[in-house]
Amino acid sequence: MRKPIPLLVAALALLLLVPVAFPHLKFVITLAVAKGFAALGVALLLRGGLISLGHAMYFAIGAYATAFLGSKAGVSDLVLLLVASTAVAALAGLVFGAFLVRYRAIFFAMLNLAVSMVIFALTSKLYGITGGTDGLRVAVPTVLGWAPGKAAFDGFLFYLCILLMVVLGWLVHRYLQSPLGHALSAIHTNEVRLEYLGVSAWQTLLTSYTISAALAGLGGALAAMSIGHVLPEFAFWTESGHLVLTAVLGGIGGVAGAFIGSVFLEILHTVAVGVAAEAWNLIIGLALICVIFFLPRGIYGLIEARRGSTKETGL
Amino acid sequence: MTSNSASAQPLLRAEDLAISFGAIKAADGVDFALQRNEFVAIIGPNGAGKTTFLNLVTGYLKPHRGNVWLDGRPITRMAPRRISRQGIARAFQIPQLFTDHSLIDNLMLAIAAREGIWQGLTPLNRRAYRDEAMEVLELLGLAADAETMTGTLPEGLRKLADITLAFALNPKLLVLDEPTSGVSSIERFRIMETLMNAMRRRGLSALFVEHDMEVVQKYADRVVVWNAGHVMAEGTPAEVMSNPEVLESVVGVV
Ligand SMILES: Nc1ncnc2c1ncn2[C@@H]1O[C@H](COP(=O)(O)OP(=O)(O)OP(=O)(O)O)[C@@H](O)[C@H]1O
Ligand SMILES: [Mg+2]
Repeated sequence: MRKPIPLLVAALALLLLVPVAFPHLKFVITLAVAKGFAALGVALLLRGGLISLGHAMYFAIGAYATAFLGSKAGVSDLVLLLVASTAVAALAGLVFGAFLVRYRAIFFAMLNLAVSMVIFALTSKLYGITGGTDGLRVAVPTVLGWAPGKAAFDGFLFYLCILLMVVLGWLVHRYLQSPLGHALSAIHTNEVRLEYLGVSAWQTLLTSYTISAALAGLGGALAAMSIGHVLPEFAFWTESGHLVLTAVLGGIGGVAGAFIGSVFLEILHTVAVGVAAEAWNLIIGLALICVIFFLPRGIYGLIEARRGSTKETGL
Repeated sequence: MTSNSASAQPLLRAEDLAISFGAIKAADGVDFALQRNEFVAIIGPNGAGKTTFLNLVTGYLKPHRGNVWLDGRPITRMAPRRISRQGIARAFQIPQLFTDHSLIDNLMLAIAAREGIWQGLTPLNRRAYRDEAMEVLELLGLAADAETMTGTLPEGLRKLADITLAFALNPKLLVLDEPTSGVSSIERFRIMETLMNAMRRRGLSALFVEHDMEVVQKYADRVVVWNAGHVMAEGTPAEVMSNPEVLESVVGVV
């Protein structure tokens, strides 16, 4: 069950070179990693056998929290903004999750979608608070007293995203290896047995739901800072669908999958849009079909498969 | 049989338990008691309500009427996870496993659940759990399959794997639903022998549903005969086997 560490380190090194080697990709990658956090949240729930079709709402909640705290509450410190926005999304996840994780399968998926549509409607209509369909501007934050210009901040944010990806990715990985993480995937295969072992499926799922909302919220806050603007569309259902697609494409076998999927899709998007506007949907559709039929464990499964074969001969 | 069974508080007691599914009365006023350290076998024809009784006792089904006590404390209508924490562990007639986990991971998860699942970021896979899990697997002759995904184990081994999960909880009362069905008749005795010996050593009590009368005779202190949702007769294996009514209703299906 060990990770293919050398390959991941190589990919990481490549990412770190992006601002130098491909400066125009810096923004794309920052956004990809931000969305990767949300996709990781979705992937966590997939491990428990639950598909959320509404997780973009937590991404939006994190983004709006950052925008709101910055523009209306006068908070400008980056650390404070990130922590507070993540906490707001986590709290929302805890409150909605307490009710949502009682449901399974299509009911869970649809109820998440329903709640996210309410959030979308609220962000569009509550003009006084959310700026309605115009959204809110996000000012460039300060970093522990340092007030960088937009360009300097973007450079900083890029590396911060990579750092957070590594640190939080590692923590989530540890969580999945812990008893509670194993209990999560056990719900997927046999909830009855889990309850008979004395473990509450509800608590197990609520924990993972709250973590997943926090991850999505953090992603939203990072995206808000990177884009400099938040819009109700962040919570729209197509965004939620995109997150599920990213998680499945990347592979839910490991934490890295969500980020690999997200970076892959964002780069593909950039390239495809350059060619022709319609090409994007076509390419995405074909990519997804290929993954489902040939790589059931996602792109990440490709990397892992190399180890799988050595493991088999070892046994 | 325990010598002080008349005065001691029973470990498990059920009174007037009843549940029906439509017109079928699967439990129809069941009274039942099991003493500490006692091994009780439940026998009865197919559809008599044996599994239903276990479902009622372990909280999977809520009775329409009646009560259950463990160690004198009421457990009626509690959820399975709470009853499990009170000390009743169950193995199922149809194995209930985490099919995407290896056998040893299944077992380590059961051990972690027993110790409390909230353990921060400490990995499940740790020395102490692994050692204990291997001990249990060796006890039941499953050590060679430790790393196999339980979903791919053959039926007989899945059944044993299911028993190890209940056993690992170290319960006061182990409930087994036809533990040896799907296991070859030679294996049957070896398994029951190890299991029952281990349970005696730990001072556990057992309640098991069993179709094989030879197994019942060998390992049960007392036999309770089920028929059409109620207890039809009970006694020592010898007493029950010499009861003509029992022979007529049960032996036909054995
Ligand atoms: N959940 C349920 N819904 C409807 N009917 C049920 C349910 N559970 C059990 N029954 C019915 O209740 C009766 C008793 O079933 P039960 O499974 O308890 O029998 P059993 O004694 O365990 O039989 P077997 O020896 O075949 O395992 C049967 O007629 C069965 O069809
Ligand atoms: Mg049965």
